[in-house]
Amino acid sequence: MALKQILTRDFGTENLHQLQVYERKGGYTGFKKALEMQPDELVELVKKSGLRGRGGAGFPTGNKWSFLPKGMYPRYLVCNADESEPGCFKDRYLIETSPHQVLEGVMIAAYAIGANLAFIYIRGEYLPQYEALENAIDEARQAGYLGKNLLGKGYELEVILHRGAGAYICGEETALLTSLEGYRGEPRLKPPFPAIKGLYGKPTVVNNVETVSNLPHIVLNGADWFAAIGTPTGKGTRVWCISGHVNKPGNYEVENGTPIRELIEVHGGGVWKNRKLKAFQPGGASMMVLLPEHLDVALDFDAIAKAGSMAGAGAMVVMDDTTCMVDAARRYVKFFQHESCGKCTPCREGTFWMANVFDTFENGTARETDIDLLLDIGYNIDGRSFCPLGDASTWFPRSVIKYFRDEFQEHVSEKGCPFKKQPVEAVA
Amino acid sequence: MPLAEKTVERIRASAALYPSKQSAILPALWAVQHEQGYVTDEAMGEIAQHLGLPPSLIEATASFYSMFLTRPEGRHEVVICVNAPCMLRGADEMAAYIERRLGVRDGQTTPDGSITWHSTIECLGACGGAPMMQVDHRFEEDLTREKVDAIFERLRTAPAPHEMGHPEKAAAVEPVKGEKARSGAEGARPRGRKTQK
Repeated sequence: MALKQILTRDFGTENLHQLQVYERKGGYTGFKKALEMQPDELVELVKKSGLRGRGGAGFPTGNKWSFLPKGMYPRYLVCNADESEPGCFKDRYLIETSPHQVLEGVMIAAYAIGANLAFIYIRGEYLPQYEALENAIDEARQAGYLGKNLLGKGYELEVILHRGAGAYICGEETALLTSLEGYRGEPRLKPPFPAIKGLYGKPTVVNNVETVSNLPHIVLNGADWFAAIGTPTGKGTRVWCISGHVNKPGNYEVENGTPIRELIEVHGGGVWKNRKLKAFQPGGASMMVLLPEHLDVALDFDAIAKAGSMAGAGAMVVMDDTTCMVDAARRYVKFFQHESCGKCTPCREGTFWMANVFDTFENGTARETDIDLLLDIGYNIDGRSFCPLGDASTWFPRSVIKYFRDEFQEHVSEKGCPFKKQPVEAVA
Repeated sequence: MPLAEKTVERIRASAALYPSKQSAILPALWAVQHEQGYVTDEAMGEIAQHLGLPPSLIEATASFYSMFLTRPEGRHEVVICVNAPCMLRGADEMAAYIERRLGVRDGQTTPDGSITWHSTIECLGACGGAPMMQVDHRFEEDLTREKVDAIFERLRTAPAPHEMGHPEKAAAVEPVKGEKARSGAEGARPRGRKTQK
């Protein structure tokens, strides 16, 4: 299978971020067509297409929309552009190259659920992307795509672009809503789910950037067209971010079901410096490590889950045979420690202690028993945290211990990192 | 230092935009940081006044988010990511080079006040262009020593983003072919161009 370009079809076009160029490429015809339909028809269309959320959990988008309680208004559409998963940079690519595609998707989703106000929550670090969206919203408003009585159909919509300020946790949907309300970005208990009680206590749908970017194409080409692409349970394409030890890191849109091997060896250009593949991670920092024996697994939520990991946010991190797996895991654990919001004890304390123990492996003071200590801490975080951040902090390190326990033992017996000549300082 | 009229206007406009005034706290903090370079207690008190909210609420929110600075730093902020995907492509070595080149440690400011640098474990979303850093929140990717040297040379004399006429909107990015500097698609697109031909 080759690249399958739906979202990124026109990404080679110069100045696609400008409204005129985007319209020339067929932009906003999806929104126009959507306005000809009843909102309920749109929800059914997206349900039938089989589109699943691209933010990580893979929940069917149409179903999410249909959970909103009948007759309760106002309701809100929130687009999650808080992409912060280490290894993931697809939303940034989608936003900066085609901000209008994102906006058109937001508009279609808002119309489908009956929202007159939509929000795009973008992470603080994405300043150039914030500006790209800001310009797009201005252009769309001037062109009459935002405002009152849109295209004479009596529908009213405004979009507010909201800039975060450096908090990974705000990518979790309830934390995002709390942050959007102006509080500390701590997650809330579910249920009630945002569909029932979301932003300002009103029914709310939160959809990822890549998810909404699919909508104009589904509306234009139909549910059957979309459902014919991909796998039975994973329709359409995904934009995969590939990084680490490959010759051509970057974003590649491929059909769901494409083997991982093709993504790494063909699109990613293979492992760099003629080295051998040691391991890879298919879903970003949170997700369990996989081995070369898993190369023929398909890029698909369910197939990757069956292989013992998760597709998550679509971030393929490739590691060659010179990689210290202990240090890779240490970085991720430090990341989760840094990003833990502090609300619940298992995550706040657990990530702290995991990070401390990981440091001992790198600075040469670890004991053999510390390997099982890590597993024990992980066991006490996973499933006991308030939100998935804590759970996810344990998945990669535990999978690394499962497959590369000997590397931890070498760190103990050699009193330091066998991959590095000099002692390593604590990071960040 | 009382807030500039323009900043106050921005804060009031934000308050009017959202269904809840409290949602304007982050936009207000950004507006203050754009103007003054960091956020003081005094400024948070002013935000509270303009939004009609208790000052404690402003600080409670502000202190959660890592991007709001509480003290003056160098004119330019340089942040290099050292999370695993960047580590795989030599971010540690690049961070060590930056430290040697600037002669100050992680988190410190150069003696001439031009650059504050630090490494971060927080992914900045440019793993495909690692090693990478952000300069005043603008992406600099596929770093080499020569590239880093050239960037630092430019920053030594460039004014701080908040001192520019258009806050945070220009500084680090050279205008493209005489156009107004914008980065949306142009500034940060090399990764996109490489893919999907």
